[in-house]
Amino acid sequence: MATPDIQAPQIQTQTATARTVSVWRQMPWWLLAIIGFLVFMAYLIARTPEYGETFEFVLPGIRLTLFITLVAYGIALVLGLFAGLGRIANNLLIRNIATTYIEFIRGVPTLVLIFTTAFVIVPAASDALGFENASISMTWRAIAALSLIYGAFLAEIFRAGIESIAHGQMEAARSLGMTYRQAMTYIILPQAIRNISPALGNDFIAMLKDSSLVSVLAVREVTQRGRLYAGSTFRFRESYLVVTFLYLAMTIALSLLLRWYERRIGKDAR
Amino acid sequence: MTQDMIVVEDLHKYFGSIKAVRGVNLRVRPGEVVVVVGPSGSGKSTVLRCLNHLERPTRGSVYIDGVHLEDRSTNINVVRAEVGMVFQQFNLFPHLTVLENVTLAQEKVRKRSKDDARRIALEQLTRVGIPEQAEKYPSQLSGGQQQRVAIARSLAMNPKIMLFDEPTSALDPEMIKEVLDVMLDLAQAGMTMVVVTHEMGFARAAADRVLFMDEGQVVEIATPEVLFSRPEHERTKLFLSKILTH
Repeated sequence: MATPDIQAPQIQTQTATARTVSVWRQMPWWLLAIIGFLVFMAYLIARTPEYGETFEFVLPGIRLTLFITLVAYGIALVLGLFAGLGRIANNLLIRNIATTYIEFIRGVPTLVLIFTTAFVIVPAASDALGFENASISMTWRAIAALSLIYGAFLAEIFRAGIESIAHGQMEAARSLGMTYRQAMTYIILPQAIRNISPALGNDFIAMLKDSSLVSVLAVREVTQRGRLYAGSTFRFRESYLVVTFLYLAMTIALSLLLRWYERRIGKDAR
Repeated sequence: MTQDMIVVEDLHKYFGSIKAVRGVNLRVRPGEVVVVVGPSGSGKSTVLRCLNHLERPTRGSVYIDGVHLEDRSTNINVVRAEVGMVFQQFNLFPHLTVLENVTLAQEKVRKRSKDDARRIALEQLTRVGIPEQAEKYPSQLSGGQQQRVAIARSLAMNPKIMLFDEPTSALDPEMIKEVLDVMLDLAQAGMTMVVVTHEMGFARAAADRVLFMDEGQVVEIATPEVLFSRPEHERTKLFLSKILTH
């Protein structure tokens, strides 16, 4: 009779401890640490003139960073979709053109491709199309470079997404008399894009970060403004901390958004 | 004399060194139901898939309602719209509702208006007994219901021919009957059908002729009474003894 009385509180204590341990283990400490850094930076910017002035100088660069990223990502999506479709096309010529493009880009460092695009590919293309080369701003050359680079990365994501859809879906669509294009548009791509949306989101964040590389073209986005400010004031620590702060704030916000979205589509996955 | 709905002449299909189909000939009259039986790997699904060019024959010819499929000028999409196909794995479109599954090809291929497509879809869903599931997604339905949606999806195109590729093989036993009942109704309504199945009860009840295939060839083709009770060939007897003893 006495035994259960003694055992019951013991069990309770154990579960309580287990619960504390699991809360402790599941706590997103990494996120708290990063938010701690962001809050500390915000405090410095608000309270110290050195950081405040640096911030004011660098901040307008965000507009250009976001503009370049959004436009280049939009173009890269279209480029990636067609290159991805080309990669799995039956047509030998199309398949090889797409594969050449993708493998070429993947084989050259991003920084080198930015120079090559800005100073070789864009001038050559504008000559061929009859534009005046000088009329194309560095911003648009930067966008061209990032589009070309990420088009190749996104192509591989699209290809994988399309190949992840069971072959029976294409057969069912075709057996109803749909053309290849109709089957792709209405059946395969909607499912593929849903599957790859987390990967597409990741590449958007990656591109936001890689847009800092176009500072080598003297495009006055966040990184370039930080460099300019550091060079003219010798406030290196303030400049690069503020630049770091701005990128981290954007990427953490985006990746939290992405996690939330993934969890949502995970829930109603059909 | 009416034209044969399906004509298959000396059909061969090789996958690399594997000769899946080796010289099959077949004629199916309008309204006829042909059930194809045979051991797995005998080439029966491959023959079926050649009838709407999901597989291209290595050699030989297929005519659907007089149209030569291997002819370069034939638009295969036009032919496929006339040939419904039901798959073992249903292959419903999981991102679309049941209703959208049945209306999509009507709108895009048959160019019907949204209203017409919807009306016809609901008619066909009623025919297969599940009009109340129209707004659900395929994953919310049982296997038997999904397969009936797949049948409705094909029927909504008003095909001249229906092909069934082991339509009940992926179903739980208690759901097989509901799908076979729909197919039986369809057969009695005069649809031209070619059915690959292991359901001998269905073959007896619905088939005009049963075709027995083995090793890529037609061994024997006869009415179900003759084939099941007095098969001519040893291979047919052996196959039937394996599946009919239980």
